[in-house]
Amino acid sequence: METSIFQYEFIIKGLLGAVFASITAGISGTYIVSKRMVFLSGGITHASFGGIGIGYFAGINPVIGAAVFGILSALGVEYLSVRQKIREDSAIGILWAFGMAVGIIFMYITPGYTPNLMSYLFGSILTVTNADILALGIMSAVLLLYFGIFYRAILYISFDEVFARTYSSYVDIFKYLTTSLIALTIVLNIRMAGVILVLSLLTIPPNIAMIFTRVYSRIVVWSVFAGFIGTATGYVISFFAGVPVGATIIFTLVIIWVIVKGLHYIVMKISGKESNSLSLSETD
Amino acid sequence: MATLFEMNSLSAAYGANIVLQDVSFRVMENDFIGVIGPNGGGKTTLLRIILGLIKPVKGNLTFNQDLIDRKSIGYLPQISTGDTNYPVTVTDIILSGLMIRKGIISRMSKDDRKKASVVMDELGLSALKGYTLDTLSGGQMQRVFLGRAIIGDPKLLLLDEPGNFVDATFENDFYEKLRELNKRMAILMVSHDVGTISAHIKSFACVNRTLHYHPSHEITNDDLLAYGCPIQLVTHGDVPHTVLKIHC
Repeated sequence: METSIFQYEFIIKGLLGAVFASITAGISGTYIVSKRMVFLSGGITHASFGGIGIGYFAGINPVIGAAVFGILSALGVEYLSVRQKIREDSAIGILWAFGMAVGIIFMYITPGYTPNLMSYLFGSILTVTNADILALGIMSAVLLLYFGIFYRAILYISFDEVFARTYSSYVDIFKYLTTSLIALTIVLNIRMAGVILVLSLLTIPPNIAMIFTRVYSRIVVWSVFAGFIGTATGYVISFFAGVPVGATIIFTLVIIWVIVKGLHYIVMKISGKESNSLSLSETD
Repeated sequence: MATLFEMNSLSAAYGANIVLQDVSFRVMENDFIGVIGPNGGGKTTLLRIILGLIKPVKGNLTFNQDLIDRKSIGYLPQISTGDTNYPVTVTDIILSGLMIRKGIISRMSKDDRKKASVVMDELGLSALKGYTLDTLSGGQMQRVFLGRAIIGDPKLLLLDEPGNFVDATFENDFYEKLRELNKRMAILMVSHDVGTISAHIKSFACVNRTLHYHPSHEITNDDLLAYGCPIQLVTHGDVPHTVLKIHC
């Protein structure tokens, strides 16, 4: 096969996409997995689809619509559960389906060109633009700075909110800010992995990492690494097999998780250690 | 002996529900006060007022110079507040006790880490410093949270039901440790376990919407009746046993 300029660009785009997706997903994913916010994140993801539909209908960038919907739904769940005393999981379930409904309605009433629904649901590297990659790059930088500067504040608030309130009046600001950044991470990664699959991009890498370590900062590093391997491999497979990229990435990540888990189990059996003793021997 | 803080006819409420009424109370340096009273009687609210988490609806609370910004208060919440499955190490949890001094943009210095290792030595946690909470016993967890409360060298230590989750073998060590800490800080300990605390405290306060201070550690049946403080008495003998209130 002859390498054209088109293919070269395609490879660069995919590689950068993989790097930025794994950085953003690794940082945000460690947070949501540690804080048990996976279901909430699922709600954010699907609710943001409403913004995509409205974006198309109104002729503005769907990613902007999705970002607005994503952040509003994250804050909306908090509002409904804390202020209106609706059970949190019910509130998530409602916003989850409502966002999808709004998205589908607006996509179907958009006159003329109907966007490819499949590419938003399952992700497609073909529709990823340079602007999308740039946005993911900026998001990576923002997350690295935010978590780098406020690492301890974020860690301690999410570990023990009650105690954190005794020393800081910024607890709620940090919670809302972090959740909003998570929502943005999800929305920007939808272009790669799709609405239905993007959540796994955030949740599988930290679970691979936690096989090796239970120290928060190391989970982040391992997650980014595992995420990159999975994303890059999935991307290559997708390219040669002509299968949607989101599906191949998630498939690859789950295979990695199963292999690593299995190897870890075998190594622990052979060395005669308890399966969790690796994390115990670590010192900080 | 200097006064650490003083409450003057203070009332606290959640909405229309008045939890504490007209409480006047003074805590001196080196006090070791047991706070007893029924569930829902306002014990935890008293701590929350001192911590500044809720504001009194009436009356006032004055701190002395050492406590004015509340940075010299150590706090051991009921153990259930932190997620025991969270990926955070013993060292990091203990370091979080310094956050009130460090502010939100904080890097822990060599000095801070040294403080943490001194505290871990003192509490017998050094071997566990890289562990996460899910691998520890109840007693070990309690020591970790005590470490977080005392790393900043507080002048006042607030303990909320520290007896919960502590295994019997560790309990004596724990109270012995508190006796040592009391040499350098005042302690206010909420507990429902009268038998245990009367052996360790210097005085007690009974909180049941109002507060009655009793300047002795002997808690007699008459005191409890007079203060309207129905309470469970747990004592220790050759065989651990629990004495329950006589049926009418």
